[in-house]
Amino acid sequence: MASLILMPALSPTMTEGTIARWLRQPGEAVKSGDVIAEIETDKATMEVEAVEDGVFGKVLVPEGSESVAVNTPIAVLLEDGEDAAAADTVTRPADPAAGAPVAIETPSAPAIVEAPTIKQAEEEKDWGETKNITVREALRDAMAAELRRDEDVFLMGEEVAQYQGAYKISQGLLDEFGEKRVIDMPITEHGFTGMAVGAALTGLKPIVEFMTMNFSLQAIDHIINSAAKTLYMSGGQMGCPIVFRGPNGAAARVGAQHSQCFASWYAHIPGLKVVAPWSAADAKGLLRAAIRDPNPVVVLENEILYGQKFPCPTDEDFILPIGKAKIEREGKDVTLVAFSIMVGVALDAAAKLAEEGIEAEVINLRTLRPLDTETIIKSVKKTNRIVSVEEGWPVAGIGAEICTVAVEQAFDWLDAPPARVCGLDLPLPYASNLEKLALPKPEWVVEAVRKQFGD
Amino acid sequence: MDETTSASIRSNGPALSPETMKRAYKDMLLIRRFEEKAGQLYGMGLIGGFCHLYIGQEAVVVGIGLNMKQGDKSITSYRDHGQMLVAGMTARGVMAELTGRSGGYSRGKGGSMHMFSREKEFYGGHGIVGAQVALGTGLAFANHYRGTDEVSIVYFGEGASAQGQVYESFNLAALHKLPCIYVIENNRYGMGTSIERASASKDLSRNAEPWGIPSRKVDGMDVFAVHQAAQEAMEHCRAGKGPFLLEMETYRYRGHSMSDPAKYRQRTEVEEMRRTRDPIENLKAEMLRNGIGEDVFKDIETDVKAVVADAVEFAQTCPEPDESELWTDILVEA
Repeated sequence: MASLILMPALSPTMTEGTIARWLRQPGEAVKSGDVIAEIETDKATMEVEAVEDGVFGKVLVPEGSESVAVNTPIAVLLEDGEDAAAADTVTRPADPAAGAPVAIETPSAPAIVEAPTIKQAEEEKDWGETKNITVREALRDAMAAELRRDEDVFLMGEEVAQYQGAYKISQGLLDEFGEKRVIDMPITEHGFTGMAVGAALTGLKPIVEFMTMNFSLQAIDHIINSAAKTLYMSGGQMGCPIVFRGPNGAAARVGAQHSQCFASWYAHIPGLKVVAPWSAADAKGLLRAAIRDPNPVVVLENEILYGQKFPCPTDEDFILPIGKAKIEREGKDVTLVAFSIMVGVALDAAAKLAEEGIEAEVINLRTLRPLDTETIIKSVKKTNRIVSVEEGWPVAGIGAEICTVAVEQAFDWLDAPPARVCGLDLPLPYASNLEKLALPKPEWVVEAVRKQFGD
Repeated sequence: MDETTSASIRSNGPALSPETMKRAYKDMLLIRRFEEKAGQLYGMGLIGGFCHLYIGQEAVVVGIGLNMKQGDKSITSYRDHGQMLVAGMTARGVMAELTGRSGGYSRGKGGSMHMFSREKEFYGGHGIVGAQVALGTGLAFANHYRGTDEVSIVYFGEGASAQGQVYESFNLAALHKLPCIYVIENNRYGMGTSIERASASKDLSRNAEPWGIPSRKVDGMDVFAVHQAAQEAMEHCRAGKGPFLLEMETYRYRGHSMSDPAKYRQRTEVEEMRRTRDPIENLKAEMLRNGIGEDVFKDIETDVKAVVADAVEFAQTCPEPDESELWTDILVEA
């Protein structure tokens, strides 16, 4: 039976094109794969191949015709041996299932499909007795506990095994778990991160240590394109239970390439979870939760905090929920929102503000994605003022997000515009005096709060 | 022969049984007809975005597939339809993903370049050139970690072989003796850039030499040669001897993607390849020489056409994903 040759779509954006040239005459035999026409698209001149064998019947749209819409019948193909007269009688089949194109509908604005309400993380329970330990010990203990608990968990990274960790986070782990599960990697972040993500797609649970998060940029394609997106792109078939961890943010005097905060980079990505512990309890509880989580979790640690001691629950089941912030200090006059090392800065500022009679509430975010907006908004509705504190840069930073959330969800409760305290918008300098000038300190927070009170 | 030396496997490897030849013929023809139909549906606007066809390269994936066993894992780039069909994924599920329908392998959320099957151990379908090489090394790492004799087959083009992570992966796989077969599908053009203009290394089969990874350069248009090389590579990996590299000299008849005008090569080059090296025609000729009758080919053609027609019907009639799917599968519920 004679069939129609339709104007083909030849690029993702093509809606119409020009018939530049017909390369077959009526009556000529055509084999699948033969070039029958040249068509100019929005991008290039394309050759059009026949998709079926037959005899070229007749041209419906002549050479030189412009703006021919995709799916317009442009020629007739006859079956071998069919009468040429059949070319005049062929009609376009109406049933799309029978091989005709679906009519291209005028696109109407699609309805907005609301995001489902995020299930609130459970409240932290009272874990009882605590002991002072360093953040370093807390991180190691968290990994050791999870390595003991689950054979599918392993640690890989540069210097994690024999050297005992570039920052001694993995001290003792090689001895206890052996080289099968605590694995030294060559300096090859792109390669070993991809390898770890591949292993995670099969259900293993790698912990990838980056010597610092600066080096995660070598591997960021696998964190974002391979780890965070595969679950969605596979229609839910392939989750990626993996942890990417390492020190983030400024250390001390190591210069611009080793001193930067990637919080907003990773927090931007759907498909990732991001946590940023401050205390030893945060570090232990959140890292254990990250390792058990069936999703990719980025754990942003801080080198300066590694050696600091905090009380940490001794209960061997201690774990913290991802997605739940902690109020570190209660107050009624202003809400300070911080994460990682800036929680300490915010608490110092709160102490100074108290001397001036201002009671600041300090929220330790703990998790950056998903953000615990409930805790932030509840606090703002009480204090009517909010200042975010972060070490990273201001533009499109975590503070920008927090201020927006406050404006969107608590505008009528605000007595002053939300404010941000951030690292200065420049590469971090090496010189000691300049470095000090670039990073947020309690005085900056105090100043920002004073402004909220009209000082 | 020194194991690290690459040697060419040029033509007709050992004979295959009539049944195996029929299977290979059927698998190759299914890919060919499936891809032709996909091209047609793209032209009709039923498939959107990027669509990269496998036509011309069928012998590579089919010859390797003959040597795969249950549990072996595979992963490739965005030119992935052939790999999926050989992995045992259904033509219906693949075609319905191409049309973005709920019956597709990713329920319409992945498209041509991003399809997966946990059940068939097919790990995608990756849109970032070269990324699948490190990921595939991770699949081999998982086999190794779990102590199985399963092999990971990692396909990538000669264009991807310029990516740094390919060599990071070679190093890691050789260091840890991972059961990984790296298959370079050298179809001569990385999009519009010929291999001569992209690679200073003129013999890609030697690209893993510094890591002591044994390799073969193979006539990728000859399913017998591919089968022979794959068999050797599989035995090597299953024996715990570490990775193996196969460079398949192959050719794609169509453009890089559907929207590629292919001005970087002469049409006569394509015609010459189709006329003299076509993997399906050449296998057919060999089968005829072995006394397999024309009726067998007719039956296979009929069967294959029916499978593809059914897939097309399914891909056009099954519904688009429900709007609620927009918000599913972003995270696994913890």
